[in-house]
Amino acid sequence: MEYLNLAIKAIFVENILLAFFLGMCSFLACSKKVDTAIGLGFAVIFVLTITLPANWAIHHFLLREGALVWLNPKFATLDLSFLNFICFIATIASMVQLVEMILDKFFPALYHALGIFLPLITVNCAILGGSLFMVERNYGALESTVYGFSSGIGWLLAIAAMAAIRKKLRYSHLPDGLKGLGITMIMTGLMAMAFMCFSGINLDKKTTAQDPAPQAAEQLTDVGN
Amino acid sequence: MASAAKKLLMDPFSDNNPITIQVLGICSALAVTVKVDTAIVMTLALTAVVSLSNFVISLMRNVIPSGIRMIVEMAVIATLVIIADQLLRAFLFDISKQLSVFVGLIITNCIVMGRAEAFALQNPPKDSFLDGLGNGLGYGIVLIAVASIREILGFGKWLGFQLPLGDNFMGNGLVLLAPGAFIILGLLIWGQRTLTKYVED
Repeated sequence: MEYLNLAIKAIFVENILLAFFLGMCSFLACSKKVDTAIGLGFAVIFVLTITLPANWAIHHFLLREGALVWLNPKFATLDLSFLNFICFIATIASMVQLVEMILDKFFPALYHALGIFLPLITVNCAILGGSLFMVERNYGALESTVYGFSSGIGWLLAIAAMAAIRKKLRYSHLPDGLKGLGITMIMTGLMAMAFMCFSGINLDKKTTAQDPAPQAAEQLTDVGN
Repeated sequence: MASAAKKLLMDPFSDNNPITIQVLGICSALAVTVKVDTAIVMTLALTAVVSLSNFVISLMRNVIPSGIRMIVEMAVIATLVIIADQLLRAFLFDISKQLSVFVGLIITNCIVMGRAEAFALQNPPKDSFLDGLGNGLGYGIVLIAVASIREILGFGKWLGFQLPLGDNFMGNGLVLLAPGAFIILGLLIWGQRTLTKYVED
C-alpha cells in the first residue's frame, strides 16, 4: 500500500516533468510526433527502472558515509558521497549501453522501435534527477525501484499528452514569435496546472496528524488563494 | 576587444540565446527561478562550469578519439560540477540546499554538453572559453528575468528586499508554482523571438 502511494505520488502529484521540470529538453525536442514520443517514453521508463536500484546499491554500499565498513572498520567516518555525481552518470551511461546490447541480441523488434532514443537518454536529466532525488529523500531499495518505474510512467504520460496536443496545434494560426517553443511552454504550463489538481489526493490518512507533509500542502493552497 | 571575440561573447545574449533560441537547458531555468538569489548563484555555477569545460575540452580536442568523446566530455563536466557543488556547500550552504539536486543536474544540462559538442571540439581554447562565458551569461539573463518576474509578482520582493507596493499588494501564488514558471518563460520566449524576428517552422 505504501508503495502504491509512492507510485501515485510520483506519477500524478509530483510528476517529474510537470512539477520538477526534469527531462524538458527531450520533452520539447521529441514531442512533435505521438509515435516517437511514446517510444521515448517507454525507453525512459525502462532505463529509470534499471538505473535507480543500481545507483541505490552504489550509493548504499560504496559511497555514503560509513558505507565501506564492511571492507575495514577504519572506514566508518569515510564519506565518499561527493563522488555521487560522477558515479551515477557513469552507471547511467553504461547501463544504457548494456540495455542497448541486450535488446539488440534478444529483442530486436523492441530494439528497432527504441533504437535511436536509447543513446539520447544518457543525457536526459530525468534519469540523473531520479537518482539524485532518491539520495536526497533516502529511499530504500524497493522504494527506489518503485519510484523509478512510476516517475518513468509519469514522464511518458506527460510527453504522450503533449505530442497529441502539438499535433492539433499545427493547424492553428499563431503569432510568428509564439510558434514552436513559445506555445509549447504555455501548453505545458496549462498541463501542469491540470496535474496540480491531483495534489488534493490525501495519500497518508493515518499519519495526517503528525506528518508535516500535509501541512506543507495546506500552506501551498493558502498561497494559491 | 577584437570584433570576433566580442561577437562570441555577445551573440548568446539575444540573437543566439541558449534558452530562447537554441532550446537548451530549460529544466534548470524553470526550477531555480522562484527567487532571484538562487537564480544568480545558479548562473554563476553554470557559467563557471560551461566556460571551463569548453576550455578544457578545447585543449584536448586533438587528442580525444571521436568514438569515446561523449564519455570524455562527461568526465570533464562531472568533475567540474563536483567542484562547483563542493564550493557551494562550503560557502553558500543555505542556497545550495535550496538548489538541491539542480546543481548536480548541471551535468546533464544540455547547454554544457551542447556547447562542448558544437563549439569546443572545433575551436581553439580562448574562443571556446569566451563562447562558454557568453552562453553561461546569456542563460543567466533569461534566468534572472524569469526569477525577477516570479519574485516580484509572488512575494512583492526583489532579491529579498521588500518593494514599496503598498499594503494592498497580494502575492500571486500561481507564479511561484510550476505552471507559472512555464507560462512566464513561454511569454518571455514570445517577446524575445518577436524582437529578434526568429521564426520556428
